[in-house]
Amino acid sequence: MISVLRVGSRSRPGLRYRLQEAIIGWAFILPAVLGLLFFQLGPVLASLYFSFTNYDIVTPPKWVGLTNYVRLFTADRLYIKSLTVTAYYSALAIPLSLVAAYLVALLMNQRVRGISLYRTLWYLPSLVPATANGVLWLWLLNRDFGPVNFFLRLAGLPAPAWLSDPNWTVPALVLVHLWGVGNAVLIFLAGLQGVPQHLYEAAEVDGATWWHRFRHVTLPMTSSIIFFNLVMGIIGTFQVFSIVYIIFTPPATEIGTAGPENAALVYVLYLYRNAFQYFKMGYASAMAWVLLLIILTLTALVFRSQGRWVYYEAVRR
Amino acid sequence: MLHSSVQIQPLSRRGVRLRRLFRQAVAHAVLGGGGFLMMVPFFWLLSSSLKAPHEIYVIPPQFIPNPVRWQNYLEVLVDQPFLRFTRNTLIATVPATVGQVLTASLAAYSFARLRFPGRDLVFGVLLTTIMLPYAVTLIPVYVMFKELGWIGTFLPLIVPYWFGGGAFNIFLLRQFFLTIPNELEDAALIDGAGYLTIYARIITPLSVPALTVVAIFSFLHHWNDFLAPLLYLNHYENWTLSIGIAMLKGALSGGRDTTHLMMAMSTLMILPIIALYFAAQRAFIQGIVLTGLKG
Repeated sequence: MISVLRVGSRSRPGLRYRLQEAIIGWAFILPAVLGLLFFQLGPVLASLYFSFTNYDIVTPPKWVGLTNYVRLFTADRLYIKSLTVTAYYSALAIPLSLVAAYLVALLMNQRVRGISLYRTLWYLPSLVPATANGVLWLWLLNRDFGPVNFFLRLAGLPAPAWLSDPNWTVPALVLVHLWGVGNAVLIFLAGLQGVPQHLYEAAEVDGATWWHRFRHVTLPMTSSIIFFNLVMGIIGTFQVFSIVYIIFTPPATEIGTAGPENAALVYVLYLYRNAFQYFKMGYASAMAWVLLLIILTLTALVFRSQGRWVYYEAVRR
Repeated sequence: MLHSSVQIQPLSRRGVRLRRLFRQAVAHAVLGGGGFLMMVPFFWLLSSSLKAPHEIYVIPPQFIPNPVRWQNYLEVLVDQPFLRFTRNTLIATVPATVGQVLTASLAAYSFARLRFPGRDLVFGVLLTTIMLPYAVTLIPVYVMFKELGWIGTFLPLIVPYWFGGGAFNIFLLRQFFLTIPNELEDAALIDGAGYLTIYARIITPLSVPALTVVAIFSFLHHWNDFLAPLLYLNHYENWTLSIGIAMLKGALSGGRDTTHLMMAMSTLMILPIIALYFAAQRAFIQGIVLTGLKG
């Protein structure tokens, strides 16, 4: 009796039930759908519109066509600066954190004792809020009194003026970024632990060296996780903001510098200034859309390259 | 090549063991040494928070404060606006987290279990927003809140999270709900239970681990968030910890150096997070694993 009813209700329910299910189904996702419209899709389109206007929030937007975009690339040296700073930062931070996280995860996967202690030690820094991070690293990297330079001097290495020498500001930010690498380590570790043991055994029987096992088993079996971390790395580093703002914006004089010679003027920081300090909302929206296109292009390239280096088990099915 | 290795293997069992020992030693050295380095900033933070101001400007840096000034913490808690900042942070964080868990799990239940036209399309569109840069929605959302007259209130920090709670959380919870067997719900349906009852009485209790993961990471996000408070909280009175500490950084109380107090506040801000980590370590690890599984 019950099973008959169940089959009835699951596979060919009556119209009334189907209608009821549809109404309730939509009711449950309604908040999410409204959120999608009001906080995601709507704003994306609105910012596209704003990007073609002059808009100071007080008076209604005035259509100016492509002016904002043209000005970005032809008349705004600071914008070009922010692009290069961000590209430089990403070019350093993404590969370094990927490689470091992967290597550490490989070591953690060696069935060493005390793994949970190591996991905790490496992971905790990634939980630190940007504010505390900024306050802390401002002093860790202090040229004269900071412990980083103290250790560098101890090792006989040059002790750079991390935060006041324009050549060192981006590396300093990368260093701070690397301190929070633990999250990626644990994602990699989960991937490594998911590699089926029998593949290693088979490789061993075939006489594969550790390098072969790594190159032909570990790497392909974790490539989808590398891919994931790479995409997330691109999206994250191109939008770095809080930590830079906290370290480099002097509290009293909010407007103005972004590190020595604007060497820390990352993209979103410049966008923030245009939007919320100069109230050039249209101009900043154009910046936002260029950033969207850059990120989309980069992730699309990574996705396109997937076929060549990312191995998905499911594809074989 | 195959031949030689087959011959070598039985011979070198001791070699294999030695090599494994060596590998473990290297692993311990790097993991331990690196882990130690990772802890140095925490130690520096704690030690600076217990120093007198002039002790911070010392060459070489003094790692153990002498004397240990516990009164820094007392001063932060009594004189400084720390308690107000903490209260403000909780006012924003708690409702935002509740909204996120509630609306995300409702949507996830619907996507996982109910059948209705347009479901897969909406879910697909929702998933693409995971990759949407926040910078693109920043300005129009700000304009919207400005039009609503919500600047300077906590509403912009709370209300958006009552609208679905983020595509990623919906995705994560849906994946989890899909692993719960159907039988219980079918039985409940036959007994005349509504979908809301099933969600509240069957799905939710069976999904406590996944809901915990979402709640923890949601809480962390709001506790740590800097950008939204920076944009929307323009009054000293309603600053949260993240914006409050950043704004007070180096600018406090007429010419007096307050770095040690900043350090104490930062320590106090981190403390609950670390406590949360140790209280719910498994949920943390699980959450990170689930994050990676998406890839």
